[in-house]
Amino acid sequence: MRDIESRKEPLLEVHDLRVEFRGRAGRKRFTALERVSLDVRAGEAVGLVGESGSGKSTLGRAILGLVEPSSGSIRLGGREITNLRTRDRRALASELQVVFQDPYGSLNPGLRVGDILAEPLIASRDSAAQARAEVLDALERVHLPADAIDRYPHEFSGGQRQRVAIARAIIRRPRLIICDEALSALDLTTQSHIIDLLLELQAETGVAYLFISHDLSVVRRLCHRVAVLRRGEMVEFGEGAAVTSRPTDPYTQALLDAAPVPDPAVQRARRAARLDAA
Amino acid sequence: MNAPTTELLLTRRQHKDSALHRLLRNPLAVISAVIVLVIALLVVFADLFTSISPTATDLSNALQGPSLAHPLGTDEIGRDIWSRLLHGGRLTLAGAALVLAISLVVGGASGLLAGYFAGPIDTVSSWAASLMMALPALVVLLALRAVVGPSILIIMAVFGLLISPMIHQLVRSTVRDVAAEPFVEAAKVSGLSDARILGRHLLRAVRAPLIIQAMMVAGMAVGVQAALNFLGLGSGTVTWGGMLADSFALVYTAPQLMLWPALFLGLMTASLIVLGNALRDALDPRGAPPRVRGRRALLAEVHDTGHGGSLEEVGDEAFLDVRNLTVEYPDPHGGALAVVRGVSLSVREGEVVGLVGESGSGKSQIAFSIAGLLPEVARISGGSIRFRGQQLVGLSRRQARRVLTDGIAYVPQDPIPNLDPSFTIGFQLTEPLRVVRGFSRAAARERAIELLGAVRINDPEKVMRSYPHEISGGMAQRVLIAGALSMDPVLLIADEPTTALDVTVQAEVLDLLRSLQQTRGLAMLLVTHDLGVAADICDRVVVLHQGAVVEAGQIDEVYAAPRAEYTRGLLASTLAEADPREAYESPEGKVVRDA
Repeated sequence: MRDIESRKEPLLEVHDLRVEFRGRAGRKRFTALERVSLDVRAGEAVGLVGESGSGKSTLGRAILGLVEPSSGSIRLGGREITNLRTRDRRALASELQVVFQDPYGSLNPGLRVGDILAEPLIASRDSAAQARAEVLDALERVHLPADAIDRYPHEFSGGQRQRVAIARAIIRRPRLIICDEALSALDLTTQSHIIDLLLELQAETGVAYLFISHDLSVVRRLCHRVAVLRRGEMVEFGEGAAVTSRPTDPYTQALLDAAPVPDPAVQRARRAARLDAA
Repeated sequence: MNAPTTELLLTRRQHKDSALHRLLRNPLAVISAVIVLVIALLVVFADLFTSISPTATDLSNALQGPSLAHPLGTDEIGRDIWSRLLHGGRLTLAGAALVLAISLVVGGASGLLAGYFAGPIDTVSSWAASLMMALPALVVLLALRAVVGPSILIIMAVFGLLISPMIHQLVRSTVRDVAAEPFVEAAKVSGLSDARILGRHLLRAVRAPLIIQAMMVAGMAVGVQAALNFLGLGSGTVTWGGMLADSFALVYTAPQLMLWPALFLGLMTASLIVLGNALRDALDPRGAPPRVRGRRALLAEVHDTGHGGSLEEVGDEAFLDVRNLTVEYPDPHGGALAVVRGVSLSVREGEVVGLVGESGSGKSQIAFSIAGLLPEVARISGGSIRFRGQQLVGLSRRQARRVLTDGIAYVPQDPIPNLDPSFTIGFQLTEPLRVVRGFSRAAARERAIELLGAVRINDPEKVMRSYPHEISGGMAQRVLIAGALSMDPVLLIADEPTTALDVTVQAEVLDLLRSLQQTRGLAMLLVTHDLGVAADICDRVVVLHQGAVVEAGQIDEVYAAPRAEYTRGLLASTLAEADPREAYESPEGKVVRDA
């Protein structure tokens, strides 16, 4: 285990972040995120919820260095990582990893699973034997068979591919994994298996998650704290149980009411309430 | 969720095999590879296969037929054709190799860098590529010949440079697409250097298209070189093009002289192109999609299996009645894979039935079968679909189309791709009314505006003038629902109509569907993976698993007391009732509470 630098300092600290996208010629700038502040503590899972266009993925990409913030700061383990030089950003791979939504697009279809998983190890300059041992260990931790190492992504189901993507994220034993809609493309039963896996890995390794999702019920199950974004601004940030069942913000409440639950009686009551309100 | 499943069915391969194995299984590939190889070997080791000099003349033996001394005979001044053919190929192949090497190195490298880094590198190299493409290649080559003299290798090197923009553009556009893929971003996050990412992910992605393009370029180079030599613009030594030019003069007296150089040139060029195609197929690990044998009717013949697999007895009032439906896709080994297996279900007038299941359950395939939208390769191999008493299975495409426009409408999952980006919403709504229903332009427009009002679009006039990219996803789905209503259907098949939408928009669209259903007395078959969506809108629900019905019944009953183990598992895995995560415990073991 790594030592914890400072007890006061959270693992990830985003302060007053602003991200602007340059419009195409003639179009005005588009502000994707404004005045967003957020923190993730070591070993914690923080949910980031919002609808499309809320900027939730942009925040994840800014932390990963895939988009450049216009202002504000992002600190990881007490160290400023906003606008890092390329070399320093690469070195961050051992601490910060990602799992993307699309289990089809996030794995190169032309590479074997073993090569995909060994990718983060290239930068760490492991020997071939060492890398193989690490890959087998990662496969075991995500409960995939060892013979997966010689197979191609298209031989796996969506849930298994997402396990491969998770194995790639944990292989360097990072302290923070950004999960960008990591469950959204999966079936319900597969989703709950992957949630269990994420919880298990967190208990084993103490990794922290920033879990980006449009689904409040997933976030409620997985996250200690939840932040809600709307049109680039944060409307609520607090304890997961509270935000996902007794939100203080009307927008969060609207999101909660709009998500259908598998209970016909509840849905009938909600529909009646919606019609009354209209 | 439908597209990937269906795609998997078409491309999945059961057994592992290498690119080489796949190549060797393709007879055309083997034949063309052998031809290229044999010609190349004959040419490179020409001295082993003939001892006669290609330039030795023997006027006393001119225009001889094949003999032991001269296997292919002699030409008009007694030179050995076999020897000339072998030696003449040397310059041709060397020239082609030079063109290939230069165009690949220059075009490939600049395309790779331009596509990956974009920005100024892209701007400058694309500008240079456009400039070079604008140059008339043949004129440049002719001018060059005047300056440097008849050196065919220098001319071919310049030709390689001139066609490198072709390679540049191919590589650039492929790399640009691939660079946007999440696996490239994951590689960046993994700390890989740009050089590694280029070599590992991007070079691999361009490999297949590059190989086929390279074979084309090689074929072209052989052709251009022959043409230049034919025109007498090449070097003075023996070449295939030169042989063609010599024999052309004697085309009436000794046409056989033309045969051999033409044959070698043709075989070489054609084999290169065939080989390029075969290599591309072999390099794609998913392989080529299985070939469909013959065209199949949209809906196959009626084949009632008769055995009562139905879980539900349906009375006469059912106006959509599906019995023992089986849908098959071809698998790569020539067999068939059933994705829907003996499914029976029914929809009564004005009823909303949910078709619920996970991916691979066959729910969309059932919807496609009823709406006549099954892809060409799929086949209804058994069962019946009756709509208002009429059998739909076995109808011709045209007959099926008529039944469908007269009663069944379809709302797809992802609204934006289902609208044509190059036409206005107004055009896309009025066109079917005018063509199918024979409305006048004005009447169609009036009807379209009325329909947009019915789907609660506030400013229908403005939406009519908009293009699909100018409206939101929720708006687009309303437009598609309006389009579905325009034919006055009695049955609406909605395939995951809200899956691509945000939850707040989803709630609005579900409310809209519910109110349309009630005011118009529509029956609805709703395909969904979301048990909450089904709970919101359905009267009855059919639960599917791996192509078969596991349970069907009134939604309140099924949800309250599911009979099938599978349904119980499905309901249990929903997170709506799940416990929230327990409070955060810091690594020191102390519970930290937020203020």
